[in-house]
Amino acid sequence: MTIPDFLLAAAVFVLATVALGLVRILRGPNDADRMMATQLFGTGGIAALLLLGVATEANAVLDVALTLALLAAFASVAFVQSISLADGEDPKETKSQ
Amino acid sequence: MTLALAVDISLALLVLAVAGWIIAVRDTFAAVVGFVAYGLLLGLIWVRLAAPDVALTEAAIGGGLTGALLIGAAARVRKTETAARAEYPGTLIRTLAAILAVTVAAVLALGILALPDPAPTLAPAVAASLATTEVGNPVTAVLLAFRAMDTLLEAIVVLLALIGVWSLTPDRVWGGYPGPRRPVDPDGVLAWLARLLAPIGIIVGLYIFWIGADLPGGKFQGATILAAMWLLVIGAGLADTPPVSRIWLRILLVTGPLVFIAIGFAGAITAGAVLAYPEGYAKPLIVAIEIALMPTLVLTLALLVAGAPQRLPPQ
Amino acid sequence: MSLVLDMFTIIAVLAGAFFFLAGTVGLLRFPDTLARLHALTKADNLGLGLVVMGLLPQAEWPLDAFKLIAIWLFALLAGATVGQLMARTARRGRTTS
Repeated sequence: MTIPDFLLAAAVFVLATVALGLVRILRGPNDADRMMATQLFGTGGIAALLLLGVATEANAVLDVALTLALLAAFASVAFVQSISLADGEDPKETKSQ
Repeated sequence: MTLALAVDISLALLVLAVAGWIIAVRDTFAAVVGFVAYGLLLGLIWVRLAAPDVALTEAAIGGGLTGALLIGAAARVRKTETAARAEYPGTLIRTLAAILAVTVAAVLALGILALPDPAPTLAPAVAASLATTEVGNPVTAVLLAFRAMDTLLEAIVVLLALIGVWSLTPDRVWGGYPGPRRPVDPDGVLAWLARLLAPIGIIVGLYIFWIGADLPGGKFQGATILAAMWLLVIGAGLADTPPVSRIWLRILLVTGPLVFIAIGFAGAITAGAVLAYPEGYAKPLIVAIEIALMPTLVLTLALLVAGAPQRLPPQ
Repeated sequence: MSLVLDMFTIIAVLAGAFFFLAGTVGLLRFPDTLARLHALTKADNLGLGLVVMGLLPQAEWPLDAFKLIAIWLFALLAGATVGQLMARTARRGRTTS
């Protein structure tokens, strides 16, 4: 098995694994768990894209992974903020302790 | 069954499962989180279909920006959800809607399956004419040269969407600041992330914008990254949303489409048709249009997520 | 030399894939939100980090290697911040908005 084949197989494995984690979105029981499953899926997707990009030597796929990394960070932060801003703002929510 | 076929079938089934769950779940917030996962999944599928430009846009908009927009909306709607549930349409209407949706999907599927093999395509024509546009990326050539009309209309439609969002402003705060006042904590975790990530993210956004001429990328994906970084800084409280009455804001918003239209009509004089580029000037004009559209897109996308004005304008 | 690099790639990518699997299992099986957050951050940091390390010998220098490291740094930053904020809101018992 050559290295590109191995990397492709690893990409499929990682993707299948984090796709299993999407079951957590189904079961909950609360929104934080669901967002965490999405974040795991995002990180696994980034890893799978990196493996795919290096295996096929396609730089464009690396750029997709780069964009995904930035935007997934942004979406997760937006989620956490919406939790802390609802039901009355707690101005000390982000205070360091 | 080869590995590639297994991957394709698994991805298709996963998309159907996630989409079905999003529709079936009762809680809006959970559905939005599922939608973010759905956007990521679609991005992966686009990569599998060898369409990195579309994958970039899907990952940026579907995974990030639309997700943040819907999360904010879901959080705002949460208090009135149980009251709204009383007004849901009855079973008959929902069944009819389901039948309509299934019919449309079936017609689309039959249409695609009935295509001759190989399907008719303009790709060879684009590849043959690519050299005249002086850009290396065929997607950019199609978007900004061969089908520039579509891109122009899209830029205007996005602007109209922003005006539509602004039309929801209460009269009292018209021209005010979008979004709530964010609590500022300069030593907090969020401020640290914004300070660290935003500058690097801006560089990445500009890089993706710049390589769009010859590699997958372009102004739309770059603008999305820049808008996301700006929203991150706003969310951390390190900057505030601009009040919509600001002149510079409104000028920047209309500059992009106006420059596009101007170059298009200039093409009628210099090259014989609207939105045609004169010989040898194609690439500089395309770059000029992209640079003019960037601020418009960044502002529009960021303001769409920030929402309608909620606070009084500055005096 | 390239054989050594290939062995390094295989070992690192396998280890990374293992951490993704561990993260998914943790996300699905751990009893409460904070424990699942712990599993998620391990997958984020170690899983992606090991995959990136394994891909560095295979990637072109310098641009691709910089992209790989940048992607890992973004994921680290996002994971650290979101982990902190989500842990705070979960600890206060406010896991839904």
